[in-house]
Amino acid sequence: MSAPPTAPRPIIDARGLWKRFGATPVLKGVDFSVAERELVFIIGPSGSGKSTLLRCLNRLEEPDDGSIHVDGIELLSPRTDINAARRRIGMVFQGFNLYPHMTARQNVMLALRKVLGRGKAEAAGIAAAALARVGLAERMEHYPAQLSGGQQQRVAIARAIALEPRVMLFDEPTSALDPELVGGVLNVMRELRESGMTMVVVSHEMAFARAAADRVVFMADGQKLEEGPPAQIFGAPRHERTRAFIRQIDRH
Amino acid sequence: MDEFLFAFLNGEILREAWPILWQGFLYTLALSAITVPLGLLGGLILGLLSTSGPRAVRWAAAAWTDLFRAIPPLVLLVFLYAGLPFAGIDVGAWGAVAIGFFLNTGAYYGEVLRAGLGSVPRGQMEAARSTGLSHGQALAYVVLPQAVRNVLPDLVSNTLEVVKLTSIASVVALPELLFQARQAQNATYNATPIVAAAVAYFVLLWPVVRVISRLENKR
Repeated sequence: MSAPPTAPRPIIDARGLWKRFGATPVLKGVDFSVAERELVFIIGPSGSGKSTLLRCLNRLEEPDDGSIHVDGIELLSPRTDINAARRRIGMVFQGFNLYPHMTARQNVMLALRKVLGRGKAEAAGIAAAALARVGLAERMEHYPAQLSGGQQQRVAIARAIALEPRVMLFDEPTSALDPELVGGVLNVMRELRESGMTMVVVSHEMAFARAAADRVVFMADGQKLEEGPPAQIFGAPRHERTRAFIRQIDRH
Repeated sequence: MDEFLFAFLNGEILREAWPILWQGFLYTLALSAITVPLGLLGGLILGLLSTSGPRAVRWAAAAWTDLFRAIPPLVLLVFLYAGLPFAGIDVGAWGAVAIGFFLNTGAYYGEVLRAGLGSVPRGQMEAARSTGLSHGQALAYVVLPQAVRNVLPDLVSNTLEVVKLTSIASVVALPELLFQARQAQNATYNATPIVAAAVAYFVLLWPVVRVISRLENKR
């Protein structure tokens, strides 16, 4: 099995990432890179470090050692303006994390106004377009509590893409959703992928991974054990831990 | 009965004392307008330090809060007004009130706001930061509004106590409502001005009490 074709320039390039929580190492020298327009899935048992790896990629988690370049920016350098860097890195959380005291549109507008410095009318227009793109044109003036989980997660995606990020990170975006609401979120993610967005997804949505991912990374015990095209990882995993994990997931 | 009315609800005395009572009422309003914002400012500083500062700072903020909650505000005020001059520091009556309330009511507001800040899930700050907002922006636009909303009844209750507590400014000779009522009582040998002061406090604060009940029923 040949390695995936190497892209000219990885847009995310993390080297030798170490992260400890107290004495427990959760990332043990992980290398991780993503090419432009690539969709990479990270899978693995809970505690494998996959979410921690994802959260290091916009420095919500501070690695203890290693280096991360995103879109040419040296993320861990003390000279880096992390707020400026984060505008290029959208993130979607398992728990949506919408601002409950703001409407859907205000949720999307906040960073447009305060980070990008857009005027009120302009920000409102961009927010409306982003919400329409995730299929929520009719729900713009609703508060998060008035929306279903799936709709909330789509607002969260709109909040991220409105800033026109270069990459999008998804941290178990459908894990908190009732099964019938998962499809709507996956459809939005599929549309994003077709538009050429670079995406890193931590998720157990195997069917989606099979259909949409360019590459699947399997992590266990803070290490990257195996990676490759979905057909290889799901169809003919080389590592015993990977095989065991896939078997278990498929049973559900 | 007539004696009771004469001593406590004397129309004549009330008319006579009215101007200075009104003066006192205005002073009480002015004192409240100074002490409530100062207390809130102190509380905000303490609340933020005790939730998002480094460990040593959080510990210091907690110790500070304990200290100024344990010292009676009256003692603090007298010390600032009458004690500090012995060290060559004369802050004056208004200065003593401002500092004293900043320290004392700041500690109480700080406890309330600390609880409020603690009630906002971590994910809110993370989501805000992930969109490029600075820590301060995330606090101002995302975390604080939720924190305040979550403890609003307690904040308003505390404000009620602060307004009532402004009556201790009478010990540093600031002519607020209680001080003026005492003056009038001494001048007229009649308790009516004190009753009038109580009524004035009630009129001022009863709406606040109603607001608190409504907020508490809502939660």
